[in-house]
Order: sequence, then C-alpha cells, then structure tokens
Amino acid sequence: MLNDPKNYSENIKPFQPKIPYFMNCLKAFLVGGFICLAGQCFQTLYISLFHFTKQTAGDPTAATLILISSLMTGFGFYDKLARFGGAGSIVPVTGFANSITSAALEHKNEGVVLGIATNLFSLAGAVIVFGVVSAAVLGMIRLFIEQIF
Amino acid sequence: MSKVRKQTWRFDHPIYLAATGTAVGPLEARGPLSGNFDKAYNSLNCGEKDWIEAERALMRRAISYCLAKAGKQEGDMDLFLAGDLTDQTVTSNFIAKENRVPFIGMFGACSTSMETLAAGAQLVDSGYADNVLCAVSSHNATAERQFRNPTEYGGPLNLTQTFTVTGAGAAIVTKERGKVRVCEATIGRVIDWGIGDPNNLGSAMAPAAADTIWTHFQDTGRVPDDYDLIVTGDLSSVGTPILKELLIEKGLDISNVHQDCGLMIYSSDQPVGAGGSGCACSAVVTYGYLYKRLAEGSLKRVLVVATGALLNKATPKQKDTIPCIAHGVVLETAKEGDQ
Amino acid sequence: MIFLYAFLVGGAICVVGQLLMDLFKLSPVHVVVSFVVLGALLDAFGLYDKLIAFAGAGATIPITSFGHSLLHGAMSEGHEHGYLGVAIGIFKLTSSGITSAILFGFLVALFFKPKG
Repeated sequence: MLNDPKNYSENIKPFQPKIPYFMNCLKAFLVGGFICLAGQCFQTLYISLFHFTKQTAGDPTAATLILISSLMTGFGFYDKLARFGGAGSIVPVTGFANSITSAALEHKNEGVVLGIATNLFSLAGAVIVFGVVSAAVLGMIRLFIEQIF
Repeated sequence: MSKVRKQTWRFDHPIYLAATGTAVGPLEARGPLSGNFDKAYNSLNCGEKDWIEAERALMRRAISYCLAKAGKQEGDMDLFLAGDLTDQTVTSNFIAKENRVPFIGMFGACSTSMETLAAGAQLVDSGYADNVLCAVSSHNATAERQFRNPTEYGGPLNLTQTFTVTGAGAAIVTKERGKVRVCEATIGRVIDWGIGDPNNLGSAMAPAAADTIWTHFQDTGRVPDDYDLIVTGDLSSVGTPILKELLIEKGLDISNVHQDCGLMIYSSDQPVGAGGSGCACSAVVTYGYLYKRLAEGSLKRVLVVATGALLNKATPKQKDTIPCIAHGVVLETAKEGDQ
Repeated sequence: MIFLYAFLVGGAICVVGQLLMDLFKLSPVHVVVSFVVLGALLDAFGLYDKLIAFAGAGATIPITSFGHSLLHGAMSEGHEHGYLGVAIGIFKLTSSGITSAILFGFLVALFFKPKG
C-alpha cells in the first residue's frame, strides 16, 4: 500500500533504481588507482631527475597533481571525470583541488574579492577544519602519553 | 459556476492562449522534441557573460517570440506573472524591470509554469486584465550552483537525481479567440510524505501530483479517457511509476494517457540522470510541443500537472523533509462556437 | 613494484570511499572529511607511515595523507616545543599543498570561465 504517508519512504523502496555497487567500485578503483599511479610516476621522476629525496618529493608531486586538477577544472573536464569515477576522483588530492577551483570559478561573477576569494574554501574548508582539529587533538593526546611513559 | 467543488476553477468565459514562445539550451535542442522550440541556443551561456545573464536571455527571448507571434507589444499587456528558481526569483524581477508591465512575481518551484498560467487565466476570466503575459525560466547551471554544487565540481552521479532544463517558456492569456483554450485549473495542496533527500525529488513529488490529479477527477467527474494526454512536470523515471501506482491503488488508472515532461524532453541516451526538471521543463514542453499539437488538433484535451519541490538549499541539511505541490491546468483545442 | 602497489592501494582507498557514498549515503564532503580524520588517527598509531613505505603515492595522494601530514608536522614541533609546538607545526608539512591549491585555484578562477 503506497498511499500511506507515514511509511511512504519505506514503501517506495521497490521503485528506486538499483545502485550498481560493483561497477561503481570498479570505476572508483580504476580512476583512483590511475591518479595515484600518475602521482607515483611524478614522484619517481622528481627523485631521479631533480635530486629530491623520498621524503621531500611528496610536495612537488602533490603540487603537480593539484595544478593538473585545477587546469582540468578550468577546462571543464574534471566534473566529467568525476561522473565516471565517483569516489575515485573525489578522494585523491586532485578532488580537493577541484573543490577549491570549482567553488572559486563559480562565484567569479561576484568579483575577485567577494566572489573568488571568499568562496575558495566553501567546500574544501571542511577538510581543513576537521584535519586541523583532529590532528591538534590527537597530537596533544600523543604528546601527553609520550611524556607520561 | 466558477468554482467546481473544492479545488478546481472552471472559467466562465472562453479563455485562450493568444500565442506561446519558447527558448531552450543546447541539450534540450538535441532532444526528441527539437523543432518544437522557437529558439535553440547552441551554448549553455546563451552568448552572455555568466549563467544568471544567460537565464535572463532565455526568458527575454521566449517573451519576445511570444509577443511577436501574437502580434502584440509589451504595452498591450496588463499584467506580467512570472517566476523562476533563482534566489528571490531575480530573473523574473529583472525581466519585469525591462518590459515595464505591471508585475506579480510568483514562486511554486517547478510548478510555477502552471501556477502563473492558472492565475493568469483566472485574472482574465474575472475581468481584472485583458492580456496577461505568463513566463517562467530555469537554467541548469544557475539551479546547479544554487541547490547543489558549483558547476565544475566533480560530484558523483546519483541515479535518482534529475537534470534542470535550460530554457524558458512564455504564453499570453486573453479572451480574444485563439487556437488553444484554457478551460480549468486545479490548484494543489502542499503535500509532504517524509522524503528528505534533495537528490530524489521524483519520489518526493509523486504524492503531490497524485493528490492534484485525484482531486481534479473528483472535482470534474471526468475519467482519464476524457483526456488525450495527462502530463506531469518533472517526476522523472523514478517518480512516474510511483504516481501511477499511487493512483491505481485509489482506483484511477492513468497509465494509458500519462507522460512526464521530464522524460519527454530528453532521450534516454542523453546524460541527464533520471530525467529533466525545473520550471522550464513543463513550460517548454507545454508551450512548445503540446501547444503545437493542440493547435493543430491532434490532441484535443490535455491536463498539464506541473510539480514543484518547495525546498531551499538549507532545509535538507536541517533535516527537514521536502514539501511538494502540483498545479493542474486543462488545455483544449479551441472549437467553433466556444462563446 | 612500487607502481603496482601505488595503483592497488590508491584504488582500494577510493573503493572504500565509494562504498561509504553508496551504502551509507554519505555526501562527497562527508567522505573526504572522514578520510582526513581517519588519516590522522592511523598516523597517531604510527600505521600510516608503514602504508606510505609500502605503497608510495598510493598512500600520499589520497586525502587521508593530509590528516597524516598535519599530525606529523604537529608532532615534530611538539617534540621540540611541547604543547604549543602542536600549533606551530600543524601546517609545516602540508603548507605546500594548501598553498598550491589556493594559488592554482585562484589563478584558474581568474583566467577561466565555468563551462557548465
């Protein structure tokens, strides 16, 4: 019986499209894996050509991927990639760059200061807030424990 | 008898659509209904510098085609009833600033198309206006950035999500004899059956559409076979089967005559998720395709039920569920001797 | 071999994100936020460095590594300056990533138009 306002959201379940779990995961795996593979290639390149160490090569690698992702966002490709890759293009650092660039780009018509600059972190801000809060709390706890023992 | 039972208006005088005008974006122009629209832009920005200007261009163009086809000027219009999906319906407000016609802004989300038409017909019928210009617009990018994410943001594809139609539709309502007659309107109630997912509006709006259609048949005493077509606004491939099932359970089977504008405007191979949505979805299908079929007489009587989800960006995050509405308007081919 | 491991581990982390979205209906922002917190948690127990040693970019490119780097920077200064060091060092390792994201995002927004 669909005509039951109280249990409507339960009763319409047979009418909802089936999520292709396996295909979604496979696409996410391929796209995400490919982005990380590209990162590994850049990293190896920076180590062998520009004398970075394994520890310091991470910075230029991430910066390169961020640049590529920002440019792809500007050319309008990144959202098409994400339509296919799902989490595969959201979870890597390229997704972080995309959320920053797309938010800034969208509000361009409101001006450089009030549009681009104030909206830059409208989506990515949550990542920094939670990253900093969790790292600060965990850091203090670890320091406290290390001092005791 | 102007009012039929509780929710339906039957207009005392013959009320006609003098003309209609439509403008659409590139994706709509490549869909199955291409050729039924007056203007098809081949880029999403419609030659303007940003999305907001693009949506204005769509509405401006739809109105200018509509006026030209009716052989009328902006100065001949007594009232301008318009609405859209942008914050505070700015598209309509700014178009009203340009055309200087006395203006009543209306908002019923995606049901605004039939809301403005019903109200316009009512005002002409009661004699408060001779010519009413009704218009609505929506633009994929303005809706996307307002209700979801920035247009270039790489979000995943949700299977129940609909795709906002880029376009605008306009119509002039008058007592002067035209080819298509506006006969009745059923004003909907706001229905909320507890769906809170803004990516699943088809499921949320189906009960509202069912309520309005059911009430319409109760009020008028007709049966579905009295209509050549019953179209809903933007229930999409998710909400359409739910609507049919909701009505079948109550003993009303509209399966043979029902179609959904959101499914008519795009073909299944276009990348639009579950189907089209937005004010322009029902507007361009009705004022473009259906108007043409009614005018030539290949459809005689059509019930257009435009559906709207009355949410904003914040309400789903506040855990509010989505209130929905549907307004129905009956359009008929004008017959000899309608007086 | 590091290339294969980078591909497999990076892909696997993304699959976890996809399952969070599909099964638990998390929004993309929720997924990314949980991954950052998860990365910091794994680093608190010293596990994330092992993953990086094994998979290279497969562990440093997913956003989990952002949480890991934040905590790493915080700890390195924390060991020298105590609790205040946590605040001093938190952006130490991530500043190049954040700087390039802001800079490139800003420049792209200046010179491009959204395509829709």
